[in-house]
Amino acid sequence: MFDELRELYQEVILDHGRNPRNFRHPEDATCTAHGNNPMCGDTLTVYLELDDDGVIRDAAFEGKGCAISVASASMMTELLKGRTAAEAKRLFDSFHGMCTEDDFDMAAAEDADPDALERLGVLAGVREFPVRVKCATLAWHTMSAAMAGETEVTTE
Amino acid sequence: MSDVSEAMDTRPGDRPGATFDVERVRADFPILNETVHGRPLVFLDSAASAQKPRQVIDTVRHVYEHEYANVHRGAYHLSERATALYEGARDKVRDFLNARDRKEIIFTSNVTEAINLVAKSWGRAFLEEGDEIIISEMEHHSNIVPWQMLRDEKGLTLKIAPVSDDGVFLLDDFKRLLTERTKLVAITHVSNVLGTITPAEEIVRLAHDAGAKVLFDGAQAVVHMPVDVQALDCDFYGFTGHKLYGPSGIGVLYGKAELLDAMPPFLGGGDMIRSVTFEKTTYAPLPAKFEAGTPPIVQAIGLGAAIDYVSALGLANIAAHERDLLTYATQRLASVEGLRLIGTAPDKAAVASFTMESAHPHDISTVIDRAGVAIRAGHHCAEPLMARLGLVATARASFGIYNRREDADVLVDALETVREIFG
Ligand SMILES: Cc1ncc(COP(=O)(O)O)c(C=O)c1O
Repeated sequence: MFDELRELYQEVILDHGRNPRNFRHPEDATCTAHGNNPMCGDTLTVYLELDDDGVIRDAAFEGKGCAISVASASMMTELLKGRTAAEAKRLFDSFHGMCTEDDFDMAAAEDADPDALERLGVLAGVREFPVRVKCATLAWHTMSAAMAGETEVTTE
Repeated sequence: MSDVSEAMDTRPGDRPGATFDVERVRADFPILNETVHGRPLVFLDSAASAQKPRQVIDTVRHVYEHEYANVHRGAYHLSERATALYEGARDKVRDFLNARDRKEIIFTSNVTEAINLVAKSWGRAFLEEGDEIIISEMEHHSNIVPWQMLRDEKGLTLKIAPVSDDGVFLLDDFKRLLTERTKLVAITHVSNVLGTITPAEEIVRLAHDAGAKVLFDGAQAVVHMPVDVQALDCDFYGFTGHKLYGPSGIGVLYGKAELLDAMPPFLGGGDMIRSVTFEKTTYAPLPAKFEAGTPPIVQAIGLGAAIDYVSALGLANIAAHERDLLTYATQRLASVEGLRLIGTAPDKAAVASFTMESAHPHDISTVIDRAGVAIRAGHHCAEPLMARLGLVATARASFGIYNRREDADVLVDALETVREIFG
């Protein structure tokens, strides 16, 4: 009965949850947004530094949340660096599909970077836990809001 | 006249009058036969909303099948019967709270509406710029937001009575907040997060000495202990049906008759009028003045059945049963390594909030759900209290009449699984 739990809480996730990467407030952030999940009270602030070419030079976050939302934010910040805003958006779309669609086909998500998606695959366990999908995607919604110039995002 | 209580027995089990027998109570709750992820349901979230006994479910079905029509309207048999049942439910609530008069019982859709009614009607009519309202740090949002809205509308001051770190209402600090400008004290009778039972009698005495009215949010109180509004001498008291083993969509506002009489209507419409012309409307007397439109008819009757049910068990017996559960659960929880109980006031209802060192409440809830255990994780609609305690969320196990010690055992075993996963 705990197989799905093990699938959800893989070592990688627990590690990122305990020791989040890029957990800081960069001085040079060019876009910042605050995200919150009213159901559980998780709150995150995502900081991005975009250069003139629209490439993400730095990505970081701060906040409080469950293991899933913190791990997802942590992995996201690692994966965003060096990507353009458009690439980041595509990665989010594929990641979202992975978290919500039962028949999500990794290979068919052609636009996105397969290596990045494979790393994010550890979070796909949330599919079995629909109420937790918002935890996994909170940081990503916040990132996407930050790039769109919005400062607040709430997952309803 | 037909009466639901004649048509069917709304008393618990088949041995009415026997002392509290949790197995007999459990047999009345069909949902307890459900399994969750292949495990028997262990329901520890009654503070959010309680499950319903078949006596309530059967009453609701019975009314729809045999006695349903709109109330206060038709001059025909069925409407008279429905009206008698609806008004009969009001009598049950009056008796349940020991209000002096049935007209002091207003049906609303929930306690949130009850509190808003007082804010929008009494507050707008009788409060002036510079007046003060006192609430506490451990209020549910429903006893904060209506007062903030009124504050902003009228230029009032909202003062916050503190609680100690372990969740005790600090009476001396409260006393110091009272001034001659204090017009209302609106406090929860039992905290939905901490379980704290507030010192209601003392609050009323001190507030009345200062010339202020008192409203209690009784959402979490009426389910755990006997409440007597005359003995308390409070001015307003609200509660909500769905937490009292009744249907959702029904709540109650008790108000002293002289206050309700002096208050302007809250909503306007049908049922709350005496006569209407385009020039002028005169309002119906209490309680109809505050019940505009078709009320939650069957929900009110269902609430009446729930009140019959808990009254037959006896609120004092319920309190004793839950005290035992709380003591046992508290001991068992304290044995879990890294677990911290939030809210340890000596005077406490059967609500156990906690955090764990290694796992966020949300993760705790997900893990133990796989063992069939339903608890609440989050800020419990009390964000200011969370901030006061330096937390973002807690896990909360709350106990009701159908819970037994084994439920606490299953919970604690499941929490050990949390520790296995999260370390
Ligand atoms: C103390 C307290 N007050 C108010 C409420 C609001 O109840 P309702 O949503 O039924 O109006 C609740 C329950 O959620 C509560 O626990």
